[in-house]
Amino acid sequence: MRVTQGTFSFLPDLTDPQIAAQVEYCLRQEWAVSVEFTDDIHPRNTYWEMWGLPMFDLRDAAGVMQEIRACRAANPHLYVRVSAFDSTRGWETVRLSFLVQRPAVEPGFRLERVEAAGRTIRYAVRAYSLDQPAGRRYRTSAETIAAPSEGR
Amino acid sequence: MADSPNLTKIPDAKRRYKPGVIPYATMGYWEPDYQVKDTDILAMFRVTPQPGVDPIEAAAAVAGESSTATWTVVWTDRLTACEIYRAKAYRVDPVPNTGPGTTTEAQYFAYIAYDIDLFEPGSIANLTASIIGNVFGFKAVKALRLEDMHIPIAYLKTFQGPATGIVVERERLDKFGRPLLGATTKPKLGLSGRNYGRVVYEALKGGLDFVKDDENINSQPFMHWRDRYLYCMEAVNKAQAATGEVKGHYLNVTAGTMEEMYERAEFAKQLGSVIIMIDLVIGYTAIQSMAKWARKNDMILHLHRAGNSTYSRQKSHGMNFRVICKWMRMAGVDHLHAGTVVGKLEGDPLMVKGFYETLRSSYAPVSLENGLFFKQDWASLNKVMPVASGGIHAGQMHQLLDYLGEDVVLQFGGGTIGHPMGIQAGATANRVALEAMVLARNEGRDIRSEGPEILRDAAKWCQPLRAALDTWGDITFDYTSTDTADFTPTAVAV
Repeated sequence: MRVTQGTFSFLPDLTDPQIAAQVEYCLRQEWAVSVEFTDDIHPRNTYWEMWGLPMFDLRDAAGVMQEIRACRAANPHLYVRVSAFDSTRGWETVRLSFLVQRPAVEPGFRLERVEAAGRTIRYAVRAYSLDQPAGRRYRTSAETIAAPSEGR
Repeated sequence: MADSPNLTKIPDAKRRYKPGVIPYATMGYWEPDYQVKDTDILAMFRVTPQPGVDPIEAAAAVAGESSTATWTVVWTDRLTACEIYRAKAYRVDPVPNTGPGTTTEAQYFAYIAYDIDLFEPGSIANLTASIIGNVFGFKAVKALRLEDMHIPIAYLKTFQGPATGIVVERERLDKFGRPLLGATTKPKLGLSGRNYGRVVYEALKGGLDFVKDDENINSQPFMHWRDRYLYCMEAVNKAQAATGEVKGHYLNVTAGTMEEMYERAEFAKQLGSVIIMIDLVIGYTAIQSMAKWARKNDMILHLHRAGNSTYSRQKSHGMNFRVICKWMRMAGVDHLHAGTVVGKLEGDPLMVKGFYETLRSSYAPVSLENGLFFKQDWASLNKVMPVASGGIHAGQMHQLLDYLGEDVVLQFGGGTIGHPMGIQAGATANRVALEAMVLARNEGRDIRSEGPEILRDAAKWCQPLRAALDTWGDITFDYTSTDTADFTPTAVAV
């Protein structure tokens, strides 16, 4: 399956020049760009690991691209996203957020159902990848298991 | 407009309160020198006086009948601080392109100020009982339309405002930087719960964020509400697992009584729905109650504007939809249908822009071309997400993004469900078209002129989009709007 979180997930994976163009757009809006990664792609997992702080003072897309590449290199198997934060009054929130890396294989989610009173069903969405302990998710068995990355 | 000599306020109290019938203007409802207070509530009406009625007297009558006056002098006025409670018409302007020499009878814009103490805090019902109450049936005016209002911060702060708002809605859904996508289940009437849920699942799995009950889907013999809720939530959860994305279905909780609405809303919450919906026809008080419930229960509240065109469409009588937008933001809904510009329902582009501005801005300046006659500071009330629905399709994506911006729900009902390759393909076509257009816009491309090319390029690798463009590419609804601007922007030499 293909996880469709993020603004551009229905398009073919963005190339680096395409990513740089989106970063430039964010910088033109004076938004702070940040890079985050995760091995837990549950739709309600809000807090991905931060690859450093949001780059408040960086006004150059090339610098952001460098951080994206570094994050990918440290976490080659995981999801990586770029988010842009707008501190304008009345917004003070994320304004754009899109994936810049996804695992080669996405095993997807299992929907668990527990029948409750009446015809009600209690649902739980569980990522198959979470059946593996942290550090081993999204890796093939042949790959050496390294220690989980800690960001910068 | 200049005062007619016989329409000035009678200064002498003894003469003013002599029993009998005198013009409203002379009672004190016309005060051309009135200094508007920061806390005043302002209203602007389009007045068509009866033949022979002076426009100033007509405006004063509207002020009178929407505040303290009755048809005759009453001495009991003198037991009150009646000067304060009297609404004051303070400005009357002829409406451009009406009156002698035109095909429309003379109309006037009447500006009226109301003291804040005339209204109960936090009650749309109380506000509207005055402003659009008896006065609309008053004989001295042939037709009357409420065009705009200014709500002072002092009064706005007595309202909750949108239960969730655009910012928190996006954070909860984890969806940023693009319009949200929805569709209304069709056929709107007749599907069983099980078949209905099928449409919901297909559309959500295919790429939509939301599916929606239609306004008249409540609890009918062919599908009772609990059955619909259960099947829809099966579809929502299944689609979430299939995509890894948060999905929703607006479960319509509209019912005959508040008790039934609360019961339905509670069940929707129990099933884990992120959003419920209500119809405008449930009434202002019921809307405010549901908004309080939604805030208390972390629920997004969608409002379908069923019924508004009965009073907002015709230009001479009723009220402008922008006032409904203001009241609904105060009442506390999170979503409101506000026009598509390019779709099948009424909506002049300039007017629709004014509605969107009213729903989404923190501060809206005066803009006569967009029908905004007053500035409006929204005093940090949450923003309402406008919804564009009715006769729109993927081939219009560049126009929709250009006209409506990214904080909007685009609802493609027929444009999803009527897709020749099926509902999932219809949803995918819309989502791909949308993301391709946002990507291109952010890259700095001129989507207004390059839009069709951007869509064609995406259709090269996305067959569902290609099929959508082949089916609907040329469909437009090009009719003249009835509700249009009275003022057009004029070029100013710099």
